Amino acid sequence: MPKIRPEDLDRIGEKIKRTMLLREGACRVKIIVHMGTCGIAAGARDVMKALTQEMEKADVKDVLLTISSCAGLCSREPMVTIEVKDQPAVKYVDLNAEKAGKIFSDHVLGGRIVSEYALAAGSERTL
Amino acid sequence: MPHITNAMICTCTNCISNGALDIKDALESEIKRRGLADDVLIVPTGASGLCVKGPILVVQPEGIFYQQLKTKDIPNLVEEHFLKGRPVKKLMYVPPGEESPIPELRSIPFFKGQRLIALRNRGMIDPDSIDEYIARDGYKALAKVLASMTQEEVIKEISDSGLRGRGGAGFPTGRKWESRRKDPRTPRYIVCNADEGDPGAFMDRSIIEADPHSVLEGMTIGAYAVGASGGYVYLRIEYPLAVKRMQLAIEQAREYGLLGKDILGSGLDFDVQIFKGAGAFVCGETTSLVASIEGRIPEPRQRPPRTTLWGKPVVINNVETWANVPAIINWGAKWFSQIGTETSKGTKVFSLAGNINNAGLVEVPMGITLREIVHSIGGGIPKGKKFKAVQTGGPSGGFIPASLLDLRVDYEQLDKAGSMMGSGGMIVMDENTCMVEMARYFVAFTNDESCGKCTSCREGSYALLEILNRICKGEGKEGDVELLEELGEAIRDASLCGLGQSLPNPVLSSIRHFRDEYEAHIKEKRCPAGACRALITFAIDDEKCTGCTRCAKNCPQEAISGEAKEVHVIDQDKCIKCGICLDACKFDAVIVT
Repeated sequence: MPKIRPEDLDRIGEKIKRTMLLREGACRVKIIVHMGTCGIAAGARDVMKALTQEMEKADVKDVLLTISSCAGLCSREPMVTIEVKDQPAVKYVDLNAEKAGKIFSDHVLGGRIVSEYALAAGSERTL
Repeated sequence: MPHITNAMICTCTNCISNGALDIKDALESEIKRRGLADDVLIVPTGASGLCVKGPILVVQPEGIFYQQLKTKDIPNLVEEHFLKGRPVKKLMYVPPGEESPIPELRSIPFFKGQRLIALRNRGMIDPDSIDEYIARDGYKALAKVLASMTQEEVIKEISDSGLRGRGGAGFPTGRKWESRRKDPRTPRYIVCNADEGDPGAFMDRSIIEADPHSVLEGMTIGAYAVGASGGYVYLRIEYPLAVKRMQLAIEQAREYGLLGKDILGSGLDFDVQIFKGAGAFVCGETTSLVASIEGRIPEPRQRPPRTTLWGKPVVINNVETWANVPAIINWGAKWFSQIGTETSKGTKVFSLAGNINNAGLVEVPMGITLREIVHSIGGGIPKGKKFKAVQTGGPSGGFIPASLLDLRVDYEQLDKAGSMMGSGGMIVMDENTCMVEMARYFVAFTNDESCGKCTSCREGSYALLEILNRICKGEGKEGDVELLEELGEAIRDASLCGLGQSLPNPVLSSIRHFRDEYEAHIKEKRCPAGACRALITFAIDDEKCTGCTRCAKNCPQEAISGEAKEVHVIDQDKCIKCGICLDACKFDAVIVT
């Protein structure tokens, strides 16, 4: 990777926005597994593993599985955030492998929010 | 007369482009027309987080969330909701395929009171991807500083923002930078103090795990401002994930030329390495931290006017302080200084732990009350128990009782209450927590962590601990409380570093606010909270006991006897007071006295 110049920051930002932020590009759904120490201790690795297997099984090309860190509510980990294109992000709490599988089939593939595992929709207030 | 209802209309750029201002006008005229102007207050708000569904209207206190509004919906909405009190279901936010809406994130108390600046990217970006950080305005502040600001201007911006050290002491960050910049010696150094050691504190770990680049960008901006060429992240080895993510972040930043020689083609040379601390609590103290990096035994030294590293100027700031820096540069000192109180600007990250429903990491504006943090954001005390105290500032801080819950959180107010801001650990205690035992716990911690250099700290903490151990065992004597106070003050006066000077705080503040508990232990040999094992007995209430046998089955000592469906009895000679029966009983029949 060559060293970047100030003007490259916008270029990198735009590239990521196209792929990760679902505005345009091939991605329809982004799955974020919250993997801070708190999440991992509560079982986020099992959730990640289950979702990876579901992804392989379903063989979907428009779903992105990625990680992030603690979402703040450590006592409700493992947590997963599902972002469907043009819809507010939904945060799921108190998950395990089985619940993650249901979220994958119902919400990610079927477009129906699993309300019994969902905490809320939307994002936090930043800045 | 106060308004009964708040109609919060989102006026972010997104919602305005979707017609939010027309909705606001329509709402205003319709409410006026219906004669509701005294009841309904229209509040324009910032981005709600669901703005792809804009324009958005949230009606408080019910927290009802309307979305994708059109001006033609407004007359019906006002008539139904505001006049007749019947929320309009078809305009509410309903996820596809769902009958009932799930709540909006920012209407949930845990998220409602929070405002993320240091944690602005938490849970949103992959911490292992520098590109995702860049996509959320990452390294823009650095680019701005290098392209268009002088060193003086950067320091002035930080000074004007009112940012103070988030490690606990609250020293003005801009002033610290200025003094190092004026020091003629070179090279100069930048250090990030991530030696977080307070029991129950995990702010620094979480920031690094979530967003390591925000810390690196802050440090690089600091390096430019003071003319530093080298930096360390002093990170304790007990945080393996934080170490791993920070290491990767440093490597990625080097690859992009955001660390190293000629950063962003500006001529600035600055690089950072991780220094792994072995986990001694005292290393969080500035002079010890420096000694540790220099390879010496981490004993504090008499604080020179300015701490040096290898005899050269060094700026040492906490993780959270560094993470705030890029946001201040991007959004301006004026924006930052509007948040918070007169003396404490911006937000503070707290880790909520102990007897609290929503244990976790929160970032709140300075000036918020402890009551809001504990009862609203924290969701109150589990099992409906009563709040007793909150401990802030870790082993250096103190206890704040229920009577002071309306205290506004800032550096000065917490100090006045006999505690301190500290780095942000907040341990909540319920009615079953014994304050003498808690004081004993913290003194045991500092006694263990004392480096041993000063007699007052080394022996003083031991003397405090001995007395507290005796009191908890029911062997307290008249005069013990006075002795604790006298010793505490002596330790505070005679110790060299912050660890020693502040170690009596948990003892002194618990005496200040809970003296009656000490006296009950000493005079009546009684622990009012029912926590000190030597002073309590377990018994079974024969009126409440149903003879379900659960307690007997769970007792590890086989101290409980009784036939099924008959009242059970605890053999006091066998009972070790572990409390398992208390948790096992479903009928509240186990009594602690």
